[in-house]
Amino acid sequence: MPEHARDRILARLRRAPREAQPPDDAATPQAPAPGGGAAAALEAALAAMRAEVQRLPREGWAGELRERLRGRGLSSLLYARGTPWAPALEEAWAAGPEGPPVLAAWEGTVEEFRDRLFAADAAITRAEAAAADPGVLVLRPGPAEPRLLSLVPPVHVVLVPGERIFGTLEEALAGGGFAPPLPANLVLVSGPSKTADIELTLAFGVHGPRELLVFILE
Amino acid sequence: MADPSPKPARVQLFATCLVEAFFPETALAAVELIEREGVEVVFPAGQTCCGQPAYNAGHRNEARAAARRQLSALAGDLPVVVPSASCAGMMKHHYPRLFSDPAEREAAERLAHRVVEFGEFLVRGLGVRLRDAGPPLRVAWHSSCHALREMGVVPFAKALLAGLARVDVVPLRRETECCGFGGIFAVKHPALSAAMAEDKLADLAATGAERLIAGDCGCLLHLRGAIEARGLPLRVQHLAEFLRERVHGG
Amino acid sequence: MGDSGFEARIEQALADAGLRRNFASAMGSFAARRLAVFPDAAALERLREQGAAARRRALARLPELLEELERALVGNGIHVHWAETAAVGNRIVLEILEAHGVRRVVKGKSMVSEEMHLNAFLARHGIDAVETDLGEFIIQLAGETPSHIIVPAVHKNRAQIARLFHEKIPGTPYTEEVAELNAVARRTLRRMFREAGAGLSGVNFAVAATGTLCLVENEGNGRMCTGVPPLHIAVMGIEKVIERLEDLPPLLRLLTGSATGQRVTTYVNLISGPRRAGDPDGPREVHVVLLDNGRSAVYADPELRATLQCIRCGCCLNHCPVYTRIGGHAYGTTYPGPIGKVLTPQLAGLERAGGLPFASTLCGACEEVCPVKIPLTRLLRRLREETVQAGAAGGAGAGAIERLAWRGYGLSAQHPRLYRLLFACGRWLGGLMPPVAALERWGRAHAEPRFARLSLRRLFRKRGIPDA
Repeated sequence: MPEHARDRILARLRRAPREAQPPDDAATPQAPAPGGGAAAALEAALAAMRAEVQRLPREGWAGELRERLRGRGLSSLLYARGTPWAPALEEAWAAGPEGPPVLAAWEGTVEEFRDRLFAADAAITRAEAAAADPGVLVLRPGPAEPRLLSLVPPVHVVLVPGERIFGTLEEALAGGGFAPPLPANLVLVSGPSKTADIELTLAFGVHGPRELLVFILE
Repeated sequence: MADPSPKPARVQLFATCLVEAFFPETALAAVELIEREGVEVVFPAGQTCCGQPAYNAGHRNEARAAARRQLSALAGDLPVVVPSASCAGMMKHHYPRLFSDPAEREAAERLAHRVVEFGEFLVRGLGVRLRDAGPPLRVAWHSSCHALREMGVVPFAKALLAGLARVDVVPLRRETECCGFGGIFAVKHPALSAAMAEDKLADLAATGAERLIAGDCGCLLHLRGAIEARGLPLRVQHLAEFLRERVHGG
Repeated sequence: MGDSGFEARIEQALADAGLRRNFASAMGSFAARRLAVFPDAAALERLREQGAAARRRALARLPELLEELERALVGNGIHVHWAETAAVGNRIVLEILEAHGVRRVVKGKSMVSEEMHLNAFLARHGIDAVETDLGEFIIQLAGETPSHIIVPAVHKNRAQIARLFHEKIPGTPYTEEVAELNAVARRTLRRMFREAGAGLSGVNFAVAATGTLCLVENEGNGRMCTGVPPLHIAVMGIEKVIERLEDLPPLLRLLTGSATGQRVTTYVNLISGPRRAGDPDGPREVHVVLLDNGRSAVYADPELRATLQCIRCGCCLNHCPVYTRIGGHAYGTTYPGPIGKVLTPQLAGLERAGGLPFASTLCGACEEVCPVKIPLTRLLRRLREETVQAGAAGGAGAGAIERLAWRGYGLSAQHPRLYRLLFACGRWLGGLMPPVAALERWGRAHAEPRFARLSLRRLFRKRGIPDA
């Protein structure tokens, strides 16, 4: 019976001699604050992992983003309707001149949307926070924003609010609003998907996105 | 690396079993280099093997028996100079662990405190300045595992070599890699042991150095055996012997 | 005792020039990258201390922490199962899959599932478990086991992989272009992600305080396996639990830096539950199988317990002069390298694996780099003692001749006259090598050591060195 397995395992562990618990270690040795600010350090770290990083002005960011995405060969950009930044995207796409990528909304559940998800060539999400060291974006999918947006389409566009960039991951977890209960999924992303399993030769986009386009909102 | 404590008047030498069996010149050279500095050396004849071969092979009782012998033979207060980081390490770090009896453990710790590896003793204990009288020579240095990781004495050996004006120390590509001796490992896994020796010697040959200097006779025995089996034009030598040779212009 | 094929496999591996070259190059590369990602030795040392402390703290409270983990996982809606043995663990996974009518599973990399031989078990029951990590995918096609904890196909070159894909994946032309080989894998597996009824994964760390499963990866296949199918089953050894979220950043830095010399993996996936109300995607059910399989026995010994600190980074493998020469397959175990030599005898028993700890020179290179400071040489030596004692008790262990030899050693070490007499014999006989097979093999690669012509004691007396 499963309960018995649990009890037997725990009983064996409890029978073992106890040892003094190691003292709680001091706070993480903090890396010195990067010169030029966390944003510059984040940019450098992401670029080193082959993400493409650009800055966007906060004023009119969505229109500017649309312009920057033209001419990249993207036919559509998937987005999640229920997010606070969705209206700005919709407005920018309704306003500006026609042309790809087309803005396309995620609809329903993944069971309903799966085919279109796997056929899409790009998607946009926001980062909840970022940490310059070691160079990660913290994505917080949830009811408003599906997790697979940042995984399935080969191009992933991420918006990073400048004020949400922390120096270290420790700081981001402590101060970024990640107190329990945690959402079903949190993902740290540091660059496009990659592998070196064949002769240690680096290649991108095996399963996750092959391009990560990061836009830091200043 | 200046040592604040004064030079001892006298030291004990723990020769090690490999030196007694195969490389007595190493002990003679060590003694000479120490005596030159005005320090008397005594050789407690009751010494045997430090016990490391048994200890590493999992035969703790035999190791403990050997340790007891050395504790008795090396009784006293004098520094104990050991021309081998692995034997020095055995006595310094592992002897105390062999004993559960508090009195024996204390004795082991007192001995541990007195033990010093040969190269470290020359530099920190004696502050030697050696005058290199030999011809220009290119050598390479092999960091034996215990010297490097357990005893941390490689910097002393390197300082001594760097102090020889006409000796050029060429770095091995894989200086810190194990030579493959490992005591019983050489017997239980001879093919691997031989492969590791081969790689170390290839590394040596690639530097163009004719000689490999090391501080541990286990490594030297192993590499010398491989050299002779294959008739290679290479030579290995213990640091003590090499330093003595240079001082004599040889 | 133990694995008689080990020495033969070692010699075979040593004779395989291509294998040796592959491994030497790969391991050298990892070692160099590790130094590059940890340039400050003092900072690295502090980080290792932190990592070691986090692991030891968790282990010190293991039973309580596991209960805490279970509570938190269950509170998050994750099903928790306990398995004492691999066989039970396999059965639990099978039952969950059968209850959901799953015929095909997509799998992320999981060493513990290798330990359980889970894929073979599922196959016997008609369930196809497809490896999706590219390295695991490759060796699965080849019908092999991983040769390294982190890069399982490191022993294969592109020509071998090209032939494998061409022969085993329908409609694949022969190509050695890495980009094209990757594209083939992507296409093939993408379909599987979409169609599989369940995803299987391991767990890098399980956070007790928040009920979170932490998985790291570079490819994205792990997120696919744990995010696309409607069912996710995670298997983990009971030692993988850590106390709190704050323990993650230093352990993650240590893990990725030590494993492949990266600052961070592409993805760190933190799973704290199945799809919540309102979530548009994510698995509807998440299960965790907590596997003992001998770990509680390891835990019972306060010295050997340190084995469980391991975070499976593979760094010890990368720096081991033995592993880098023979690769993982020669060991014939799930876990190769230094940690394998320590873990396997404890999980599989001394009878089968007691010889493994002797396949080491105790050089300490592994211990020097272990990110969580496992005292590997001490554990290797301890396990050698265990094997010797088992032999003394009549079980697996040193043979009679060996025991006699060590008894003789002990006597000579205790009696200086006997000790010197033996050396004298060596001198007179021109050698002291007993005609023992093992020594003969050693002798093939070594000229016989020459005993010194004169006794040291006599030499010293001539020079006037006092006897003390």
